Amino acid sequence: MSADILIVPEFGQDASSPVVCELITLARRLAQSAHGRVGVLVLGAAAPEPDAWAGSGVDCIYFARSSGLPLPEMLVAAATEAARRAASAIVLLPHTTAGAELAPRLAFRLDGAVASGCVDVSVEADSVRCTRPCYGGLAREVDEFALAPVVATVRAGIFERAPAHAGRRPELIDLGSFEATRARRIDRRTEAAAGARLEDAAVIVAGGRGLGGAEGFDLLAKLARELGGAVGASRVPCDLGWCPHSWQIGLTGKTVTPELYVAVGISGAGHHMAGCGNAKTIVAINSDPEAAIFQDARFGVVGDYREVVPALIAQLRSLNDASSRKS
Amino acid sequence: MHIAVLVKQVPNPESLAAVLRIDEAVCKIVLPPGHPMVMSPFDEQALEAALRIRDQSAAQMRISAVTLGPESARAALKQALALGADDAVHVLDAAFDSADSYLTAHALAAALRRLGTVDLVLAGRQAADWDAGVVALGVAEILDLPSVAFACAVQASSESVRVERVLPDGYETFELAMPALVTVSNELGEVRKPNLRETMRAARKPVASWNAAELGLDARELRARRKLARLYLPQKRAQCEWIEAETAAARGALLAQRLHAERLIPKP
Ligand SMILES: Cc1cc2nc3c(=O)[nH]c(=O)nc-3n(C[C@H](O)[C@H](O)[C@H](O)COP(=O)(O)OP(=O)(O)OC[C@H]3O[C@@H](n4cnc5c(N)ncnc54)[C@H](O)[C@@H]3O)c2cc1C
Ligand SMILES: Nc1ncnc2c1ncn2[C@@H]1O[C@H](COP(=O)(O)O)[C@@H](O)[C@H]1O
Repeated sequence: MSADILIVPEFGQDASSPVVCELITLARRLAQSAHGRVGVLVLGAAAPEPDAWAGSGVDCIYFARSSGLPLPEMLVAAATEAARRAASAIVLLPHTTAGAELAPRLAFRLDGAVASGCVDVSVEADSVRCTRPCYGGLAREVDEFALAPVVATVRAGIFERAPAHAGRRPELIDLGSFEATRARRIDRRTEAAAGARLEDAAVIVAGGRGLGGAEGFDLLAKLARELGGAVGASRVPCDLGWCPHSWQIGLTGKTVTPELYVAVGISGAGHHMAGCGNAKTIVAINSDPEAAIFQDARFGVVGDYREVVPALIAQLRSLNDASSRKS
Repeated sequence: MHIAVLVKQVPNPESLAAVLRIDEAVCKIVLPPGHPMVMSPFDEQALEAALRIRDQSAAQMRISAVTLGPESARAALKQALALGADDAVHVLDAAFDSADSYLTAHALAAALRRLGTVDLVLAGRQAADWDAGVVALGVAEILDLPSVAFACAVQASSESVRVERVLPDGYETFELAMPALVTVSNELGEVRKPNLRETMRAARKPVASWNAAELGLDARELRARRKLARLYLPQKRAQCEWIEAETAAARGALLAQRLHAERLIPKP
């Protein structure tokens, strides 16, 4: 049996977006086992230039016309059409707000199966296996579904970014235009991130309930500046209004994969670790030596962050000064 | 206006970490006897969203809580009634014993159809057991309802519902024609506690129990699509290097030196 792989990126993401490159790596692997092609769905006012996707590893582009930001209803309709044109597709989406919202409806419309927040997808004989965290990130399940259609949302930062595939220029398939009749978007406000976006940051300093209040985040911002990173949080400070909701990292917040993750006053609940457990190096600063976070950390500092963090900042500053004097 | 809230009973997720075990041979979780079962936290917030709509409306309002689950799941319905729901439906049948998202969505959709003219369906963004976030949106698709997921605020008028949600980089607001389905996220905020008066009244509120035959489900809809091939607890990294020094401040300084020495601070 064969199946095509269809990638449905976030609106506006192209062949150069890190998330798309990761999905292409996975898609190519699946296409090889399933003997299919790799397609990508692109929405926009004008057809994309196939050359922009040349060498990305994508065999065809499904283009759906939409003016402006598409509505969820249009995304489902366009993705359904693309999946139907592909031969019994496995559909891959990033596990983001739009992806997680789209995937279940798409699967039910295609009369297929769905797995959300996957950390691995594979094809074996006539079945698709999806591995995903469950029970608040404490456990992993491996779901097995009949080969296709299967829709999976995939967490960021797990797969390498696809290497260039020399010269392949994808075919362009026009799906026509799509409309939404029962929903409208009446407002959208974006807040520019102060520094690097959490999703892209190489260093993240994250604070939890242990900060004791909003002021704690001022100190973390100083530490983040010293490390050239961004500030994130566990869910508790977001719910308490100490920081914006968009800073939440975890199972139901953002998935981040920085080189360095400094968790300050965070206990390390499965819900939280589901969003940051793939960071390369985790450093934990916590006053309780029994905190679960130390089981995931490479470096552990036991102590009140109010004493640890200022000293850490000061020492980093002098080390930075010393190394910049040397160079 | 008639609002239906989908509520699921789950093992209390707040106290699971220390006690969760898995029987890998049968792909089942094992809980210590007496581990508390609760209404899934996001479903509490979905119910809260319904109650807030009622608080803010002068219109006649009916809130029905709907669950699919074993006999014990009745406790989740009782909690919903004690919080202010008017009536409840228990979808109960041995055929649902190992229901997956597919089967659950079909059964709940059938229950909503049987419930009659529902204007708004509210659900949690994901149930705190499998963390899937599939069932409610599946119901929307089966019933052909417009939907928005991950709401932080829901306002309903007679014909339409206004839904706000948090985005990775901001906020957005939608307006949906009713009937519609909305899933609710934790950004909705604090939920109310049951009060004594409602709890007393709850005992007299009607709870219907419907089985698969009464819901007219056919054999195809009653077949699960997911086969659980494996269920396990992932290994912890457990490789912590403790930064040891006399004072907390000294440990902070030492940490900086270790990170520097190991070249763990990426160059911007
Ligand atoms: C369905 C569901 C989904 C969830 N999704 C998420 C999610 O996406 N992301 C998320 O983060 N959480 C999520 N949670 C919540 C999660 O279960 C935990 O409750 C939460 O992560 C705990 O946050 P915390 O570590 O900041 O707080 P706590 O667990 O209270 O830990 C605070 C820590 O700070 C330490 N501390 C206290 N004072 C100091 C000090 N002065 N200096 C240093 N350390 C100090 C304490 O020792 C403690 O370890 C979810 C929960 C549920 C039920
Ligand atoms: N067995 C169930 N009974 C009632 N509602 C459910 C059930 N399963 C899921 N739901 C609803 O659908 C939402 C998403 O569930 P899930 O797809 O299991 O993560 C939950 O938050 C509930 O509102």
